[in-house]
Amino acid sequence: MFQTLRHTFFATFALLFVTFSVAFAEEPAHDHEAKESKFNIGEMIMHHIADAHEWEFAHGLSIPLPVIIYDNGVKVFSSSNFYHSPDATHEDHENHVYPNKALGYVLEHEHIYPIGADGKANKEAHVLDFSITKNVASLLLSAIILLLIFTSVAKGYSKNKGKAPSGIQSFLEPIILFIRDEVVKPAIGPKYERYLPYLLTLFFFIWVNNLLGLVPGGANLTGNIAVTLILAVITFIIVHFSANKHYFAHLIKPTGVPVALLPIMIPVEIVGVFMKPFSLMVRLFANITAGHIIILSLLGLIFIANNLGGGGTGWAVSPLVLIFTLFMNVIELLVAFLQAFIFTLLTSMYIGSSIEESHEADHGH
Amino acid sequence: MELLTPAIGLLFWMLVVFVILVVILRVAAWKPIMNGLKEREHQIQSALDLAEKTRADMAKLQSDNEKLLAQARAERDSILKSAKESADRLIAEAKDRAGIEGKRIIEDAREAINNERVAIVAQMKKEIVTISLDIAEKVLRKELGDKTSQEKLVADLAKEARLN
Repeated sequence: MFQTLRHTFFATFALLFVTFSVAFAEEPAHDHEAKESKFNIGEMIMHHIADAHEWEFAHGLSIPLPVIIYDNGVKVFSSSNFYHSPDATHEDHENHVYPNKALGYVLEHEHIYPIGADGKANKEAHVLDFSITKNVASLLLSAIILLLIFTSVAKGYSKNKGKAPSGIQSFLEPIILFIRDEVVKPAIGPKYERYLPYLLTLFFFIWVNNLLGLVPGGANLTGNIAVTLILAVITFIIVHFSANKHYFAHLIKPTGVPVALLPIMIPVEIVGVFMKPFSLMVRLFANITAGHIIILSLLGLIFIANNLGGGGTGWAVSPLVLIFTLFMNVIELLVAFLQAFIFTLLTSMYIGSSIEESHEADHGH
Repeated sequence: MELLTPAIGLLFWMLVVFVILVVILRVAAWKPIMNGLKEREHQIQSALDLAEKTRADMAKLQSDNEKLLAQARAERDSILKSAKESADRLIAEAKDRAGIEGKRIIEDAREAINNERVAIVAQMKKEIVTISLDIAEKVLRKELGDKTSQEKLVADLAKEARLN
């Protein structure tokens, strides 16, 4: 073993990632005995950034979550019925297939299907899965965190009336003011106050969930396309419900465009309308997911090295890997803020451009 | 791909939770926070305005004070000046009057002295005449007892008369 001095030093940092690492540390060993297969980094990463019906903090340390499905009526049961199903064979576990014959459902790669006549998953049938998955649980957790934080901040304003802010109020006030004065006000203009509650909630929701995603064992909520889709759709709806005549007129007849070009310009403008929320959706999803993938890939290097070199190779490379991982984590902290900021800024700008008054008077056309 | 297909359950929960979150935070957090911030900004602004106003008032007060002071100084100067003038005038008048009075007194004194002298001279003349006559009588009586003496007297008188 390479028990170097450096190793013990970095062991402190390693603690931060132990919850992550332990989970995979077991897996390859397990695989090794079972099927002589190599550690599959792709599968490991996908497993960690995808949603799940249980909240796994570390290998073997997981909380079952409620499964809620709509299949000719609402059915609610614990996800442990799948993960600890008596009907799941060892091979089923390897393939992430968890049938439960008593319930008549099978959880296959985190999708719920009814068990067909042949005893396999009936993938034709549509079961609507409204389960409190890991992401939904994280969503609820973040909502509670946000409510607790901001009601206590709000209380600070009545408690410290006419006095300097204190505690968490003084920490968050500059950020709230930054969003209000540097992002929303310049982008939207004088009517900014109507949109402020949504934009502030948006910013802090994304930021807090980005940060929760960085906590080892946390869910990859803002890196989930469903979440960013909803945010983008709400932005789209707000932009188009507050849009004035000028905005829609501009879509049909862009100013200063020759008539001959209109057949090209109108489709471009209309694509642009949908491209804006689409880019919002993809940007947040891709940035956060990419960050998670990079960190997981770096950590996966330890196990790849272990598979290649055997013995203590994994331990040997871990100090270096941990430095990189730590570095990436710090960058991800920045990205967490940055992406929340960008989403809020772009949403403000889209709202601002939709309620903007006509410029034509200024140009003197 | 799995990652790019949004799950119906998460879409549903996300929509519900996020909309509720916006609604609750709007009432329970953003409204009081924004009101608190606005109130504080208002307070700071009004405090600044008040300070500015107070400073302007102070400046005005100071300039008023200076003006008053200058006015008081000017008044004092003019009072002093007029006082001095009147004092000078009084002194000059007094001097004039004293001069005139003095002259008059001197004139009177001179006149009185003159009168006195004239009277005294007259008196003296009269007495001298009387005394002279007495002396002359006595001398004559004594001297003119003999002839030589008479002659001598005449001669002396003549001499005297020439001297006078």
